[in-house]
Amino acid sequence: MEAVIKKIKTRNPNEMIINIGPQHPSTHGVARLVTRLDGERAVKIEPVIGYLHRGIEKLAENRNYVQFLPITDRLDYVSSITNNMVYVQAVEEILGIDVPERAEYIRIIMLELQRLASHLLFVGTFGADVGAWTVLMYGFRERERILDLLEMVTGQRLLYTYIWFGGVRYDLPEGFVEQCRKTVDALPSYFDDYEEYFYNNEVFLGRCRGIGILKKKDAINMGVTGPNLRACGVEYDIRKIDPYSIYDRFDFKVCTQKEGDTLARFNVRMAEMRESVKIIQQALDNLPEGDYKANTPKFLKPPQGEVYSRVESPRGELAVHLISDGVNRNPYRLKIRSPAFCNLSAFPAFAEGDIIPDVIVNFASIDIVLGEIDR
Amino acid sequence: MDIIEIIMGILKNPLVKSAIGAIGIITFLSLNVLFLTWLERKLIARVQIRYGPNRAGKFGLLQPIADGAKLITKEDIIPKKADKPVFILAPAVGFLFAVLPAVSIPLAGGLIVSDLNIGVLYIVAVASLSTIAIIMAGWGSNNKYTLLGGMRAVGQSLSYEIPLVLSIIGIIIFVGSLSMTEIVDAQKNIWFVFLQPIGFLVFFVAAIAEMGRIPFDLPESESELVAGFHTEYSGMRFALLLFAEYIHMVVAVALMVALFFGGWYLPVISTFISSMSGIVPVILEAGIFIVKMYIIIVILMWIRATLPRIKITQMIGIGWKVLIPIALLNILITSFVLVVLK
Repeated sequence: MEAVIKKIKTRNPNEMIINIGPQHPSTHGVARLVTRLDGERAVKIEPVIGYLHRGIEKLAENRNYVQFLPITDRLDYVSSITNNMVYVQAVEEILGIDVPERAEYIRIIMLELQRLASHLLFVGTFGADVGAWTVLMYGFRERERILDLLEMVTGQRLLYTYIWFGGVRYDLPEGFVEQCRKTVDALPSYFDDYEEYFYNNEVFLGRCRGIGILKKKDAINMGVTGPNLRACGVEYDIRKIDPYSIYDRFDFKVCTQKEGDTLARFNVRMAEMRESVKIIQQALDNLPEGDYKANTPKFLKPPQGEVYSRVESPRGELAVHLISDGVNRNPYRLKIRSPAFCNLSAFPAFAEGDIIPDVIVNFASIDIVLGEIDR
Repeated sequence: MDIIEIIMGILKNPLVKSAIGAIGIITFLSLNVLFLTWLERKLIARVQIRYGPNRAGKFGLLQPIADGAKLITKEDIIPKKADKPVFILAPAVGFLFAVLPAVSIPLAGGLIVSDLNIGVLYIVAVASLSTIAIIMAGWGSNNKYTLLGGMRAVGQSLSYEIPLVLSIIGIIIFVGSLSMTEIVDAQKNIWFVFLQPIGFLVFFVAAIAEMGRIPFDLPESESELVAGFHTEYSGMRFALLLFAEYIHMVVAVALMVALFFGGWYLPVISTFISSMSGIVPVILEAGIFIVKMYIIIVILMWIRATLPRIKITQMIGIGWKVLIPIALLNILITSFVLVVLK
């Protein structure tokens, strides 16, 4: 902690060091930005991470494969199904488990519902950070409907542990398909409402347009992924370029923007929500009957091997590098590549030199979740 | 001597008179503020598809009292390294300068504590002093966030005081007097909002900025500066700062009603009222005034529920590059028209 202060210290009497976070209304969890201010201008920003460190990667080495699955929920707690997916996918690949058709469809539906829930949370909190608290409530209202659906299936509202080795944990309950269709069909009209609110609002546009421009080259060099990268004009979506599960069967487009500013990052997420709705609708139309889970042993003991699995989480490329030594029942090593970590590391590059309100809006626009960064 | 005469004699004493006026003003403002905190929470909650306070009393109407009781019984915390006298004084100063302008705002014909012949000037001058309280709170807390909040408050006050005053000058040219009563009386037939639409717009924007409400609530923008200048305050001191803010709003809106919306005058009804005698017309006029105030306050709350916050650079830009030129243009046009009409 002191090392950061020392690093950022200044002898200039016009500047002061201010701690934005870990307890601050708009750090979305417990991010800490040690910032050197010249008046209102943030001359230097140094993100400090580790406040939420729980040693998840080490925990993986001391738990067996099944025991670790619920812990993956705690990574990115805003989209825990995605975390289940990336881990389960890695284990399945190393074990060579085949997933039944129905389970694949259910996975897609749940993953996309999770993406919607995550992006709606982003829209809401972004509104709050710009100062429009009403939008926060609206974002939460729609998210609530999706959480209802997820609760219907999993019985949980935040940490689902739903995707299981060889399928999903429970089959879809009765009436889910109808209710899901109803909810999802209604969503685009709410998105229209948001767009009407945001894009006709000169105050909002003035806050976001041309703020925090991340250059395409920098974004690629710093490993930025997800909506933040797509906002710079790079058409990079794991669902398209390296389709996992059965994403290659669905018709959706990768949403990109050219500008790379805060507004572009916001736009990409708004557009992605509509694509998610499309994917869910297609999955519901084609949902086959059958098993929801393959017959997998209770205790998993993968053979020796090494696998790298990646998915497109709402925040970017989420990947797991799993090494099994073939002797123990726990992973030999599990490395998690979290998108929010890379996105945050690129943050100072485009936020430095902006004034505090812009820094806050920039910070909101990269949509980080600390559970994933600190692990 | 009759008892009534003695009482009337005491009441004529200027000292007693001003004491009654002071008590009256503080009671009136406090009651309004209590109601407004409830109204604001309820209204914004409805916009945000929530219910708002609904536990204490019918429709949660007792919520402000419950809040007050909570704040009074709270521990009074003074940060260790705070500048103690400044920290303690700031809420009191803020409260004082928020209440003082109310002295020369007429609620109804004759219902004014002190009809100064420089009323407008006095109100604007005293109201602008409340910035001192904010910078005191910001500095005294010895916290970087409060300091930033205080700095922003000064910047905001500097850039919006000027258009606020300039926008009133048009009216003063019309009326030829600074007295609030005369200004209201001049609107018997037509309100100044119709004669001075540009002036009104400038005044409206500048007044919102002066009140420090969204979209101009930069000194306390919670997503940037935690809670701005009152981050370190708790308990009754915090309540007093918040109180001062609401009073500021009530006073500014009252000023707006008096300057632009004809004060207690309503087109047809006023002729009826003027034919009555006794205390009834005063009550009716005050009622009209208060209703007008509340309509504007509801609009302000609506704005707060709808708009995001602008940022500090934009705010200063709007103040100096947009409002001041428009206000100056307004003065020019007004004077020109008046000269031509003469």
